Amino acid sequence: MYNGNPLPKTLKGVLLLGFLFLYVPIVSLIIYSFNASKLVTVWGGFSTRWYVSLIQNDQIISAVTLSIKIALASATAAVVLGTIAGFVLARFGRFRGSTLFAGMMTAPMVMPEVITGLSMLLLFISMQQFFGQPSERGFFTIWAGHTTLCMAYVAVVVRSRLIEIDKSLEEAAMDLGARPMKIFFLITLPLVSQAIASGFLLSITLSLDDLVTTSFLSGPGATTLPMVIFSKVRLGLNPEINALAAITVLLVGIFVLVANYLMLSAQRNRMRAMAAAMRENDAPAPPGNGAGGAVATAP
Amino acid sequence: MLRSILERFKPGKGAVISVPYLWLLVFFLVPFLIVLKISFADQDLAIPPFTHLLKYDGDMSTLNIALNLSNFLFIFTNELYLDTYVSSLEVALFTTLACLLIGYPIAYAIARANPAIRNVLLMLVMLPFWTSFLLRVYAWMGLLQPNGIINNLLMSMGLISQPLEMFHNQFSLYLVMVYAYLPFMILPLYAHLVKMDVTLLEAANDLGARPFKTFWTITLPLSKNGIIAGSMMVFIPAVGEFVIPELVGGPDVLMIGKVLWNEFFDNNNWPMASAVATIMVLFLIVPIALFHRYETRQLEGKNV
Amino acid sequence: MMDAVAQPKTAAGAQVDEKPYLQIAGIVKKFGDHFAVDHVDLTIRRHEIFALLGSSGCGKSTLLRMLAGMERPTAGKIILDGQDITALAPYDRPINMMFQSYALFPHMTVEQNIAFGLKQDRLPKDQIAARVTEMLDLVQLRKFASRKPYQLSGGQQQRVALARSLAKRPKLLLLDEPLGALDKKLRQQTQLELVNTLETVGVTCIMVTHDQEEAMTMASRIGIMSEGRLLQVGTPTEIYDFPNCRFTAEFIGETNIFGGQVVVDEPHCVEIESAELGGRIQIDHGITGPKGMQVWASIRPEDVRLDRGEFTPAPNAARGKIEDIAYLGSYSIYHVRLPSGKVVKSVVPSSRWYEAGEEPPTWGESVNIRWRPDLPVVLTM
Repeated sequence: MYNGNPLPKTLKGVLLLGFLFLYVPIVSLIIYSFNASKLVTVWGGFSTRWYVSLIQNDQIISAVTLSIKIALASATAAVVLGTIAGFVLARFGRFRGSTLFAGMMTAPMVMPEVITGLSMLLLFISMQQFFGQPSERGFFTIWAGHTTLCMAYVAVVVRSRLIEIDKSLEEAAMDLGARPMKIFFLITLPLVSQAIASGFLLSITLSLDDLVTTSFLSGPGATTLPMVIFSKVRLGLNPEINALAAITVLLVGIFVLVANYLMLSAQRNRMRAMAAAMRENDAPAPPGNGAGGAVATAP
Repeated sequence: MLRSILERFKPGKGAVISVPYLWLLVFFLVPFLIVLKISFADQDLAIPPFTHLLKYDGDMSTLNIALNLSNFLFIFTNELYLDTYVSSLEVALFTTLACLLIGYPIAYAIARANPAIRNVLLMLVMLPFWTSFLLRVYAWMGLLQPNGIINNLLMSMGLISQPLEMFHNQFSLYLVMVYAYLPFMILPLYAHLVKMDVTLLEAANDLGARPFKTFWTITLPLSKNGIIAGSMMVFIPAVGEFVIPELVGGPDVLMIGKVLWNEFFDNNNWPMASAVATIMVLFLIVPIALFHRYETRQLEGKNV
Repeated sequence: MMDAVAQPKTAAGAQVDEKPYLQIAGIVKKFGDHFAVDHVDLTIRRHEIFALLGSSGCGKSTLLRMLAGMERPTAGKIILDGQDITALAPYDRPINMMFQSYALFPHMTVEQNIAFGLKQDRLPKDQIAARVTEMLDLVQLRKFASRKPYQLSGGQQQRVALARSLAKRPKLLLLDEPLGALDKKLRQQTQLELVNTLETVGVTCIMVTHDQEEAMTMASRIGIMSEGRLLQVGTPTEIYDFPNCRFTAEFIGETNIFGGQVVVDEPHCVEIESAELGGRIQIDHGITGPKGMQVWASIRPEDVRLDRGEFTPAPNAARGKIEDIAYLGSYSIYHVRLPSGKVVKSVVPSSRWYEAGEEPPTWGESVNIRWRPDLPVVLTM
């Protein structure tokens, strides 16, 4: 879409307004997290006292720990299931029940969470009635719910990467004597590793952030961070939550910046190496050569 | 003999497919059937708090099926429920339109930008999406309250003498809905627009179309898949949204997600919550099918 | 239908075994109701470089992919060196392929790419290392062993792909548009390099190409494919000089084709009445066909003579107006429109006019065309 011209003024203005809209609330949240006053929106001088009281809040600390545990466990499961699902969607073509499969893969991404939460809860209740398991709601039920939600996202990311990859890479491996399982682990998996990594991070974020499904699926003693935040902000503004938000934004911001920087510099190095190879040989590059170009366009 | 070759591939393939397939059947599809089943049950003072549809009467040797339709009858005869469904669809529709109107120019501008800074711009759109949804909603609570940051600022500047009423009403509901769902609109649109062949636009210009005409006759129709995918990605979850109406919507805001939550958590009426969910799914089946179709098309890079 | 037992004449005169090495018998591939490959029979000899030539969608790539095992034939058999391989999975076939996109594994070095197939055979490490070195030397890429594919130029990538497909010493090497990804200048130089390498190794080879020049330069024999059928098989010379149908005649090089009926049919002379020419075509040898049969005569543009002078009606001659001239330096192509509306192409060396002391003819001028009776090829389909 880029046509070599700088952006027109109107589009620049659009971007400026758009980013103001996106960022003003976040920035205000951070600024007022340093407010000494207990009245969150009335400035009472600079202070870090809410950060201190946040760290001393055992309820929040244990909720954070539980949330991180659940996020890691469900992101891991989601990556395994989602990668297989993405592979099936991208490479197996049509099979009996493929339409239902593809449908079940997309629906969790958009289905209102009150519905998925309720339905999964009722599943676990029924399972308990018939099989006696799971005996109570908590870590396992939340994990299963988050895994179902996140695997859909992983599948989409992995699938779109697989569609970009030249199929003849896998055919070449088969031609050279590798069996399907080996091809998957030696060729396919390394090629989609970046997509799997971003699927993993996306899953972590979704799991850490999920409130509604979690509320349905959690039981006594399993209170995640969003549940604590929700129970607090339901009652009104809370300076500790401001501090928590500031820390979250900071951590995510640093992480995204670093990841982005690493990705960009890897891409730049690659471009430089390609240019050097062309000069060295003094021969022009083949246009649209699948093997070399495939990785440079990784998302 | 050929058949035997084909079949040799099948067991392995079948095993691979069955892992995610079974998971989704058990944890996604079967739960819906259970919801459907329980929507025909009656509330009961028991654990779990609902009656069974099938009852075996030992004395009479009869199997009784009790389909309780009262939940559905109640929903369809009670104006409050009907109004809530209508108002949820309305809120979702206007949120979607607003997201499209705001999101399209942003996605378009990013797609048109120099690739060198495009990554940074995209990252800036993604960043709020990566931070907590709940905290982003919370941020607006501090801004919009009667003694919130905006009112304090405007009053200290002397622009207003009384706080503006912009919290716990329709305004705050729409504002925060649009804010929270905007990235879901921008990303599919951007993904579509950035792939668009710029020579198509140049050809249209070359044939005498002015920029606006080019946009209207080329760019917009070609981004149809992105528009539909993005719109559905906003519309469907917005219909059942619970957190935003709960935190920033006023008492007059009727949202079905909130009703479902209250039936379940406050009234402990699981059959009623199930009936509410069943009807909501019926409303959403067509949008979900649309989303599925266009998202698949977009992934496969088809334009028309 | 085809001349599968013609005397082999390889480009480089390599010794070619007479026994059939690869036999493709009655191969069919249907996609739905469409025949992608339609009953193809073909025999390849050991050490031969065979080219399948045809335009895109003619079925040549599908045929190649069936040989590699990527596609399953709907019907037919493939026998390689006495072994029926029709049912073998790609990873069990003693056949390797060089892909059009090269399909170099981007996450592996040149060395690892070449060793990949050997590792699948669980060869001992020292043998793998020795073979990889041998292959790197063969394609002169030893210096680049530890580079990744993206650090190589297009020509180097092509050589890595070749080395990788040769490393397992396959019984049959398949090349899918081997030079298709290179630009034109590099392609010509690489053609000869590639043939040299293949002959050094002595591998039997089937290549697929849409570029007739590439096929003529590299292959000892060529098979012409169209709409899933194999129309003709022969050496480059045979195919050019004795096409067996209109498609081949028009696909390989340029030609003029005149339709007509046989009116004189004698052992040493045949005459064809052609309305398109507005006269008769005389041929100085017999054909097998009854009188009145519909046939076509193909005359190459370089065989069509052009002159001014008086026109006397005779067989193999006509008079027309010059409609177009393409000047190409050492020669020109004249397009002459006959009264029937048919346009005949004639290639005339630029020296022709200079030697005769004439000005070259210009647009609109009336000229005579004629050719010798031994030159036309009679086609029955």
